[in-house]
Amino acid sequence: MSVAVRIEAVTKLFGPFPALRGVSLEVEPAELVALLGPSGSGKTTLLRVIAGLEEQNGGRVLFDDIESHRLSLRDRRIGFVFQHYALFRHMTVADNIAYGLKARPRRERPSSEAIRQRVGQLLDLVQLTGLEKRFPGQLSGGQRQRVALARALAIEPRVLLLDEPFGALDARVRKDLRQWLRDVHRRTGHTTLFVTHDQDEALELADRVAILNDGRIEQVGTPDDVYDKPATPFVCGFLGESNRIGVELAGGQAFLGDTPIFPATHNNGRGAADLFVRPQDVRMEPPGGQGLAGVVAAVRRHGAIRRAEVAVAGLARRLDVDLPSAIVPAIGETVGLKIVRATVFGPSA
Amino acid sequence: MSDLALAQTDAPVRRSVRSEGPVARAALIGLALLFLALVLGFPLVSVFVEALRKGWDAYHEALVEPDALAAVRLTLLVAAIAVPVNVVVGLAAAWAIAKFEFRGKALLTSLIDLPFSVSPVVSGLVYVLLFGAQGLLGPWLKAHGIEIIFALPGIVLATIFVTFPFVAREVLPVMQAQGAAEEEAALMLGASGWRTFWTITLPNVKWGVLYGVLLCNARAMGEFGAVSVVSGRIRGLTTTVPLHVEILYNEYNTVAAFAVASLLALLALITLVLKTLLEWRYADELSAGAKH
Repeated sequence: MSVAVRIEAVTKLFGPFPALRGVSLEVEPAELVALLGPSGSGKTTLLRVIAGLEEQNGGRVLFDDIESHRLSLRDRRIGFVFQHYALFRHMTVADNIAYGLKARPRRERPSSEAIRQRVGQLLDLVQLTGLEKRFPGQLSGGQRQRVALARALAIEPRVLLLDEPFGALDARVRKDLRQWLRDVHRRTGHTTLFVTHDQDEALELADRVAILNDGRIEQVGTPDDVYDKPATPFVCGFLGESNRIGVELAGGQAFLGDTPIFPATHNNGRGAADLFVRPQDVRMEPPGGQGLAGVVAAVRRHGAIRRAEVAVAGLARRLDVDLPSAIVPAIGETVGLKIVRATVFGPSA
Repeated sequence: MSDLALAQTDAPVRRSVRSEGPVARAALIGLALLFLALVLGFPLVSVFVEALRKGWDAYHEALVEPDALAAVRLTLLVAAIAVPVNVVVGLAAAWAIAKFEFRGKALLTSLIDLPFSVSPVVSGLVYVLLFGAQGLLGPWLKAHGIEIIFALPGIVLATIFVTFPFVAREVLPVMQAQGAAEEEAALMLGASGWRTFWTITLPNVKWGVLYGVLLCNARAMGEFGAVSVVSGRIRGLTTTVPLHVEILYNEYNTVAAFAVASLLALLALITLVLKTLLEWRYADELSAGAKH
């Protein structure tokens, strides 16, 4: 199977500061890939390098196995949706969408009737029929977002790039548009990369997620892969919520002080290590067992679940523990804790 | 709630925080109006009064006299060259500064303002020193039969120098506020750089350009200092309208001087009206913080 976009060891410097330090990534045709990372991780820079809006200092970008710099911006046919949409403010919605078609050289340009039809189809696709005469200033944020997408789709792009597509919208509209974007992607089948700092968005929408940190890709995988099998401590701490516990590894056991708290059977290393455990993977038990014990310091509601903060001797930070509805601990009560599932990053074996 | 109600009953006379007392307000407004009347209003009126002192016929005669007509023609010609040049170069400079990062950008930005901070006489002198008979390039120009000082090219150069900042200064903040995102979007959609400029960049700043042209034109037609140095005042040949006014005035031909001056006053009034119209109609696009 051919690769739609191949990124090979791309580096990018802004003055002396490296924004990308050797990023490689392959995107299959019709795939929906999220570039996820905290701000300053280089995800937007990577998107702009792929688009050709920034020149990389090293490495290559290939589209359908053609090196990108052999293609003019026009021939790359990249649909780019900007974070703040960058709609042409002095043009109507219809003129905005038609811009890419009208900008083609005369012999490739469709007739004005064909352009009108195409604009109509796209308006239909983005559910904005009837608004073609409006100006961008007269649209809501969600509507502008959809015009920006229609405009990018008009040139029949080989790749669709979206920079924080929902970043400027309020939470309710974001949710609706997420569904809708997934739907549009299924219908049009464009190879799509989008940048986001919102992990829910990335995990819900994408076929695969690439997690960036400090100019490098930490892990690429399906949402389940990156969430359940984080490859690096950064991914572990960044995705979802985790308690980080400094432990001592010995004989396939993780020790907190002298207490064995988790069997790390696949890790034969010895010495200091980090154990990451999610709040839902800690079970509260009656005190007096073998493992961890602590004092309940607070219980609070956390969306649909209740979460206890448990102070454990020897740990600077309280442990977050999700509670099943049957368990209602009192503040100050001593409880036992059993770690059901955890990831250990430690001394290499 | 009850606290709020109490606070309101304690202060029965509710006054906006920023309002001064009525006396202070009247005094301030009166002072401003008086000042404007003394410094701007009366002189302007007196120009027309003085020009018409000997009646319409004398006024008319002063305007159609050959030297006066030549001065008007020269002024129009100079403005017709200087303003378009400044529009093109000013747009280019503003574009470069607003959309690109390069070395010496800060220097270029302050250079644009230079004509505002240099006395016009100095800017005229610079050209004399450069292109005059005793100047740096003088002998070479003379050998090739090119006349710059005391001729049209010198007047145009001096005018361009003095009026350069108007368009650039007006367009730059608008471009900076808009950023490069729309241009980038156009390029991604396959538009050429040229097409992007004409369909995106220029329409977005058109009112700023028009505003700059208006001010630039008013100054180009009214410029005295720099032009006076380079023109040589050859009557009927290198005198622009402002220079012609001065010559007439020095010859104690007051009526004619004020008649010609009334043309400049009229230009100022028309400029003012157009400027106000532009500001009123397109305030959004002119202010740097344009919305959406």
